[in-house]
Amino acid sequence: MVELIIFVLMGAVALGGAVAVVKARNPVYGAMGLMAALFALAVFYVVHLAHFVAAVQVIVYAGAVITLFLFVIMFVGVDRAERLTEKLAVQRPAALAVLAGVLALAGVLVITGQFDWVITVGEGAEVRGTVEEIGANLISVEEGGVQRASRWLLPFEATSLLLIVAAVGAVSLAFYRPRRKEEPDDETAGADRPGRPS
Amino acid sequence: MDWIDVLLVVARVVAVFALLMGVCTLLVWFERKVVADMQNRVGPDRAGPWGILQTVADGVKLFFKEQVTPRKVELGLYLAAPMLAAVPAFLMFMVVPFGRPFTITLGGEERLVPLQGADLNVGLLYVLAMSSVAVYAVVLAGWSSGSKYPLLGGVRATAQAISYEAAMGLSLVPVVLFTGSMRISEIVAAQSSTLTFLGWNIGFPAWNVVVLAPSFLIFTISAVAETNRAPFDLVEAEQEIVGGFHTEYSGLRFALFFLAEYINMFTMSALAVTLFFGGWSGPAWDGVLPAAVSALLPTVWFFVKVLVFLFIFVWLRATLPRLRYDQLMTLGWKRLIPSSLVWLFFIGGALAVRRFGLPWS
Repeated sequence: MVELIIFVLMGAVALGGAVAVVKARNPVYGAMGLMAALFALAVFYVVHLAHFVAAVQVIVYAGAVITLFLFVIMFVGVDRAERLTEKLAVQRPAALAVLAGVLALAGVLVITGQFDWVITVGEGAEVRGTVEEIGANLISVEEGGVQRASRWLLPFEATSLLLIVAAVGAVSLAFYRPRRKEEPDDETAGADRPGRPS
Repeated sequence: MDWIDVLLVVARVVAVFALLMGVCTLLVWFERKVVADMQNRVGPDRAGPWGILQTVADGVKLFFKEQVTPRKVELGLYLAAPMLAAVPAFLMFMVVPFGRPFTITLGGEERLVPLQGADLNVGLLYVLAMSSVAVYAVVLAGWSSGSKYPLLGGVRATAQAISYEAAMGLSLVPVVLFTGSMRISEIVAAQSSTLTFLGWNIGFPAWNVVVLAPSFLIFTISAVAETNRAPFDLVEAEQEIVGGFHTEYSGLRFALFFLAEYINMFTMSALAVTLFFGGWSGPAWDGVLPAAVSALLPTVWFFVKVLVFLFIFVWLRATLPRLRYDQLMTLGWKRLIPSSLVWLFFIGGALAVRRFGLPWS
């Protein structure tokens, strides 16, 4: 019961923070939203008794990553509303198509009742586990965590692949410029802000 | 876990809160008195005996002062920043044990009461997490004030916090390696015996500082920097940037920043004592003295040790000139971080040899 209440509360915080990251007019509020979302995740880890992952989550993300974000925002001064015109024309339809695909996949899985996944192959037989088991084994550092992590190698590596895809995507989006230059570059946008070295 | 246990947990948390408030009040007075002494002044001497109630009077005054809100502030973050400063300051002390656990009989059951807010299995990481959260208060206060000097203070604070957090985290890794635990009560327990040197008990307490002196040095320097106190107080350097991040704050909002700074100073001293000087461990003379006195003595040892560190904090402030910005960065990145890495490498190798033997044997 307590777990459910925490889940609903923190889930709302995480979703609200995630929406704020995308929707906030002011990048500082966006960074704060990201921090709220990451804190909510840390609370989820604590609920699942993965204290180590929760502490590392706060240290790495809240302590280092978002502090750097704020530092950049304050120093470079990008705190004016970003232009909301899309640079990539195909972005929105592509995202919708991917979303539809994911939803369709989830629907098929729910209808067919397929809730366990092949987590490792070899040693004769394939091992299967549900999503909950995979999650619990990946974030736990209690006794035997390393051995189990090596047994659950496939989902672990799949997660890291996802992170690499996201990182590469972020870099390529940041470096993408349309051919025709209509407006000045982002680098000059905040020149009049205080705190920028001249 | 019945309701009495729940009440005990609540009582512990409230006790820590009350302790921190009381300590903060006394600490401000202590600092003003010691600095005054070092500068040949008298210091506060009107409110109460030796001016000991001066902080209370100042607190009441701040409580009733007008809270000015400048027109150009980002109101939401401007109001949130003082709370973001005070809350992590209180939370950080929650994992520090300040006395020996004692048993008490309540509801017909013997219950063990540790004198500690919470004994987490990742206590040390929790401390680092809270100290990294505390940075936000300064950064956001500086940015949301919508004014030049606070912004400069906020930018300085971010750079300083990022630099010295790394050194502080690295200086704590040897402690974890050496004691084999991140649970703070176990770190204290590991230091409660006496040292054996060449198979011969020399009667000196087995404090971590004996073996990990370089770690202790790096931790102390970065702790002073983390609390933004002199000589690392560029964040609020009066002569250059008025008051830094809290220039635009007044009344109770300013009081919260002030409170957080002194609590952080106390917590850092308590951590230095706990991690390197045996925490509350010390002779309790069980069976010789009455049981109540024996139970209380460890707390007394703890506070005596912490007082020494608080004095050092004040001493530094009274005597050292402020670092220049480039000196601050040089000290952090070119001295502290490399030396803590070298020391970590060395202690890791030494512990590996002790455990597994020499690689060629």
